[in-house]
Amino acid sequence: MHLLKAEHVTHRFGGLCAVSDFNLRLEPGELVGLIGPNGAGKTTVFNLMTGVYEASQGSIEFEGEELVGQSPSEIHALGMARTFQNIRLFKKMTVLDNVRLARYAKLGYNPIEALFHIGRFRSEEKKILAHARELLELFDLAGHLGELAENLPYGLQRKLEIVRALASNPRILLLDEPAAGMNPAEIGHLMAFIQKIRKDFGLTIVLIEHQMRLVMGICERLVVLDFGATIAEGLPRDIQSHPKVLEAYLGEETPG
Amino acid sequence: MIYFLQQTLNALQLGSIYALIALGYTMVYGILLMINFAHGDLFMVGAFLAFALATFLGWSFVPTLLAAMIALAVLGVVIERLAYKPLRHAPKMSAVITALGVGIFLEHLMLAFNPYPRHMPELMPVHIWTFGQFSISSLQVLIIGLSVSLMVVLDWVVMKTKLGLAMRAISWNIKIVPLMGVPVNRVISATFAMGAALGAAAGTLYSMAYPVIDPYMGVMVGWKAFIAAVIGGIGNIRGAVLGGFILAGVEIGVAAVLPTTFRDFISFGLLLILLVVRPHGLLGKPRVEKI
Amino acid sequence: MNMRWTIGVGLLAGFGLCWAIPHYEWLDPYVQLVLMYLGINIILTASLNLVNGYMGEFSVGHAGFMAVGAYVASILTVLVFPEEGSAYYFPLAIMGGGLGAAATGLIVSIPSFRARGDYLAIVTLAFNMIVKSVLENLEVVGGPRGFMGMEQLTTLPWVYVWVVITIWILRNLVYSKYGRGMAAIREDEIVCDLCGVHTRRVKISAFLVSAFFAGVAGGLYAHLLQFINPRMFDILKSTEVLIMLYLGGMASLGGSMIGATIYTVVMEVLRAQGGFRMVLMPLLLIFLMLFRPRGIFGLKEFSWLIPWRDLLLMRQLRTRKEVPRASAEG
Ligand SMILES: Nc1ncnc2c1ncn2[C@@H]1O[C@H](COP(=O)(O)OP(=O)(O)OP(=O)(O)O)[C@@H](O)[C@H]1O
Ligand SMILES: [Mg+2]
Repeated sequence: MHLLKAEHVTHRFGGLCAVSDFNLRLEPGELVGLIGPNGAGKTTVFNLMTGVYEASQGSIEFEGEELVGQSPSEIHALGMARTFQNIRLFKKMTVLDNVRLARYAKLGYNPIEALFHIGRFRSEEKKILAHARELLELFDLAGHLGELAENLPYGLQRKLEIVRALASNPRILLLDEPAAGMNPAEIGHLMAFIQKIRKDFGLTIVLIEHQMRLVMGICERLVVLDFGATIAEGLPRDIQSHPKVLEAYLGEETPG
Repeated sequence: MIYFLQQTLNALQLGSIYALIALGYTMVYGILLMINFAHGDLFMVGAFLAFALATFLGWSFVPTLLAAMIALAVLGVVIERLAYKPLRHAPKMSAVITALGVGIFLEHLMLAFNPYPRHMPELMPVHIWTFGQFSISSLQVLIIGLSVSLMVVLDWVVMKTKLGLAMRAISWNIKIVPLMGVPVNRVISATFAMGAALGAAAGTLYSMAYPVIDPYMGVMVGWKAFIAAVIGGIGNIRGAVLGGFILAGVEIGVAAVLPTTFRDFISFGLLLILLVVRPHGLLGKPRVEKI
Repeated sequence: MNMRWTIGVGLLAGFGLCWAIPHYEWLDPYVQLVLMYLGINIILTASLNLVNGYMGEFSVGHAGFMAVGAYVASILTVLVFPEEGSAYYFPLAIMGGGLGAAATGLIVSIPSFRARGDYLAIVTLAFNMIVKSVLENLEVVGGPRGFMGMEQLTTLPWVYVWVVITIWILRNLVYSKYGRGMAAIREDEIVCDLCGVHTRRVKISAFLVSAFFAGVAGGLYAHLLQFINPRMFDILKSTEVLIMLYLGGMASLGGSMIGATIYTVVMEVLRAQGGFRMVLMPLLLIFLMLFRPRGIFGLKEFSWLIPWRDLLLMRQLRTRKEVPRASAEG
């Protein structure tokens, strides 16, 4: 069975069809790139998969469970985490709390235990503190643990967003333009970083990116969107020379 | 039927005043996304100013109204420059709290000079026309007519003039618009000036209709007008007018069939229901946030 | 661990002091009265901080919850509980007031699922007005004339105990998954939802607890004044709490204590100015806001309020990595 199966997903904003008849199947462990020109509907696909918007038509199944109609927090609990095109950390929370928050649903203690700091509260909070610390140390962020997220340098904020997504032990990770604003050297590091977390955390990753070097370098499969429609799908090197893709990116007049 | 007409007239009168004040809230909110909690007290200052001019200088209606509007416009700009402008980039709540502070300041400064309620003198002779059992006074005509004209003028300014265009542009995005050469500070000042002048007009008209004035009069009327702005969809000029008339209609309607003590209960209850059903007011649009 | 001992001893000493002051008349009765108001103000401010500071909503109707607590507690002591031994029933009455207020808090939290920011502000405002209006129409509790007959059961030790309970419980809540959820709702509600937080449950818990302690403050207030009427709990009272809150700073229990203290003390000092007191107070507030827009202690916290495990970790790693900025102070 596929880990994730999106079929005929369509979404409209008023008259604008942001995504039309989108199909995607993810095998466990895959790293798939989602590319396309600006406004193609890539982020909207992520929003549909994570429950921010409810698809107008179509179905998205996560290991056989229908996601359309479920709330973002329910979908998150199934094992889907994401980052955002424009960094969206909890700015005025500490680095530590940004990470701990992502494990909210994993904490089973009840309000009474929380009000008096008794019972399961103690053991569970101790555990997630250790877990958050471990995770932050793994990603060299432990030294910033008590700082407010907004005070981190840009690069570390991007990293923290990924760490926050990883904190809930997701099965599928959705990365929305992780290389935005990075220079070539940093992109090189990012590529290695993504490969590494995929292996270490056993992730299936979908990646939106405009940086062709990164997309071509690490994705095993690409899906190309243009005006909401899927115009091509396949191996990176085939996509590179796909006439429709060239047309979408370079405009109609380009001689084929 | 006659009774109904009479009450409708009362509702129109009260609604005009709510609407005039609500406009001040909504204009400032539209531009700065800030609730100017001092606005109700500007309305009160306007009423007292009109009282002072009429009582001590013996001025008649037109000069009193104009002077109150101009003076309040200046006061509105001064408050904006001194108290709100330095906080434009601070957390939104600090400006709101400052506004609360300005309001309390105005109330109690006025209270220090007017420990007892004041009685507004008659600014013009009032005629009452009667048609059978139905009667209408020239004051009511004046209040409704003048308020509606002011609203029409304001709508024209916002929709048709360059200043209005700049106001709408700033409300769309205060970060980008200055880069396009719009003099943001001047436009914001103009907004405060217009809002405060409308508040002064409301204060003058209100004190002519309900001639006992006191320094706390702006609190309740101010909150009501604010609610009117919210019912209509705060930030939306036509919504504020609509909200003003709706709120007044509900209040007068409730008072007509139930003891007056139920008035607030019913009107606020309706407000709550409306907000649960339409959290952005009648004409307001939710700000869509792209992810 | 050492710090926990210090805190325990400090709390006990505080209680001893609050017991001894009235017992041996160490302070002028007027000063004692001010101290009791101060305690009630701290409870009000800290509880409002949960919704407005930590969760970033803008509730302007805190006095509504306070009114419910004041009336419920007073009805309990005057009409329900037997007269003899009233001092023993007092804590129950206060709890009852808190629970009554919490029940109304539950109702107010429902609109907060959809409405946010200024619209929620109106919901709370309307709630405040409705409470006042209902009380004015309820003849059993005296209508607009008010309700009386309470004994003066609020004493300095009791106020102290309730302040300690309030701060302790609020602090526990703030440093739990719910508190983190509140802060995340404040920062970015959509992302919070995307991180798996049941935002509704978090909002309900914030409103419930906040209203509960406002009700407690109301109960204490009623049994200090021995007379209440609906007008005491109008928007002006709510505004007062807002001022103390933003004076001290958002999302900080320490800030709430500081804000309530400064406000209470300044208001007493200005009492000599007569009518100009309420002219000078807002001026001070405006100047403070201009120079410290985030309040005196916004987003900071006394280290003795932070759970020691968090604190320890931060200190360890800070000394190791020499991180200059920190969010904990004092
Ligand atoms: N909430 C919304 N309301 C209305 N239209 C929207 C909304 N979100 C996205 N759109 C529109 O849908 C289309 C697709 O947007 P989307 O953000 O998915 O593009 P994208 O492929 O991620 O582009 P980019 O590379 O610029 O991030 C765009 O035309 C956009 O303006
Ligand atoms: Mg995008």
